[in-house]
Amino acid sequence: MSGADAATGAGGRTAESHLIVAVPRGALFRGALDTLDRLGLDTQEMRSNDRKLLFESIGTLRQTAGEGETQVGAITMRPSDVPTYVEAGAADLGVTGKDVLLEQVGRDGGAGGRDVYELLDLHFGECTMVLATAAGENAAGEHPAQEALRRLGVMRVATKYPRIALSHMEQTGRQAEIVEVKGSVELAPLTGLAEAIVDLTATGNTLRENGLLVREEIVRCTARLIANPVAHKLKAAAIEDLVGRLREG
Amino acid sequence: MIHPIPSGTRDVLPDEMRELRQISDALRKGFEDHGYGELYTPALEYEEVLSRADLAEAAPAYRTFDETGAALALRSDMTVPIARVAATRYPTAELPLRFCYLAHCYRRVRPQRGQSRELLQAGIELIGAPAPEGTVEALTVLCRTLDRAGLKDYRIGLGDASLFGTLMDRLSVPEALRAPLLQALSQRDFVALQRLLREADLPAASSEVLLETAQLRGGLEVLEHASGPVAEAVSGMREVGARLPADVAARIIFDLGLLRSIGYYTGAVFEVYDPAAGAPLGGGGRYDELLGRFGRGLPAVGFALSVERLHIALAGEERGTGAMLA
Repeated sequence: MSGADAATGAGGRTAESHLIVAVPRGALFRGALDTLDRLGLDTQEMRSNDRKLLFESIGTLRQTAGEGETQVGAITMRPSDVPTYVEAGAADLGVTGKDVLLEQVGRDGGAGGRDVYELLDLHFGECTMVLATAAGENAAGEHPAQEALRRLGVMRVATKYPRIALSHMEQTGRQAEIVEVKGSVELAPLTGLAEAIVDLTATGNTLRENGLLVREEIVRCTARLIANPVAHKLKAAAIEDLVGRLREG
Repeated sequence: MIHPIPSGTRDVLPDEMRELRQISDALRKGFEDHGYGELYTPALEYEEVLSRADLAEAAPAYRTFDETGAALALRSDMTVPIARVAATRYPTAELPLRFCYLAHCYRRVRPQRGQSRELLQAGIELIGAPAPEGTVEALTVLCRTLDRAGLKDYRIGLGDASLFGTLMDRLSVPEALRAPLLQALSQRDFVALQRLLREADLPAASSEVLLETAQLRGGLEVLEHASGPVAEAVSGMREVGARLPADVAARIIFDLGLLRSIGYYTGAVFEVYDPAAGAPLGGGGRYDELLGRFGRGLPAVGFALSVERLHIALAGEERGTGAMLA
């Protein structure tokens, strides 16, 4: 077959104008759906049916430049799975938090993160990765983690984000013992499991209620639009059109 | 009883092996038909030899010592060993030199689909053929060989490793800003790129040119619409594009933001995409300065395909499903 046929896909497939978007259930779910709504897509069924995972079509976009059309489908999943689906190409685009991207291991096992394009800051789901400890200082004015670091040579940090925590401690030149927990991190400094925690906070309410104080802000995180690197090339027109609409608001 | 094998490696059993063999035979025949002679080099090299090249993210991951205490490393690609061969065994040979290989290379990767730590690569190196003709030949051999292997819907992304350097020169981007910008680009992080440009003390027009160029990709019109400093930076891509045979040109996506993770590329770079696979099947580019590090400065170009990923793409196309065909 000739290359020109290749451009439109064999057998009349319209793969190049069909985008699958990975949408995280959980804290970013409504923001992600609002974003899709702003594009003129129909997320009614996604909002009302929380058992269904695959929505083959949530609408069609007429591309601003040229006369192409983009058919959009969506899949829903646990937030931390979004980069996995997008990196493998099971979804072309995805909505995910910067915290998720920072925490996941890259293809080369290094610090590069997932092998996906980070196309756009979607400016919702804003929260901050912080280091917090119990309130109060000792006579020397040190908070508990500082005291542990000075006297014991190492501070214990409980977190659901071991990679972010470790890289923050390395970058600030402090020895730390990272204790990975799966939930309710706030408990760790209250029970003596660790002196500090690294966790994501939006309002700081949970921290305050448990008598914890933010000591350091590590990174601000918002929702990001990510793309599979092959789809970014093969579906360039459809993706650029969608990104352009989102950028214009 | 279970006897495990190292993470990221795997056994290949006869059914798969037959299919892999069929693919590698087609590739080998394709390369040979274009005058590329197959060679093989030791999987273990002196580390000092491999570290002459700037392999960046693809640096050798497995090291050992021989009985004299010399440091050895498992090769992470075939380009560096072939550069060594060309410089040491063909010091006065007539140019260009055409080599092909089907060989295992070793990298530290996170094991997943189509990502082995011991990966079978098939590729060519064309040594002593400068741009643009050498690049055109490599791209042509690439397409003709993929055709022969039976792959249908593939496209080739073509970029230029020197593009952003040239562009940043012309726009007088301060030295301190260049490394972070290139890092954001190679990490494919446009959000960071935009933030760096916004925070930098650059004229708004320059920032816009850099950000837009990083995301420009498409047919020949992308190069034709380029103006000012960008037009100058894409002149190499334009020269290649103008000389490609029609069937090869139809496969090309000109991609101004394309960067490869290996550091030795100096000019044209390319990657192979197929809608049935979520990651590139392979890629390559020009490395005009690598041979000089082995004592015979020659312009060169080459590419490598992952046979395993090519197999995944062929199987996906056959089923009519795959990463993006569903």
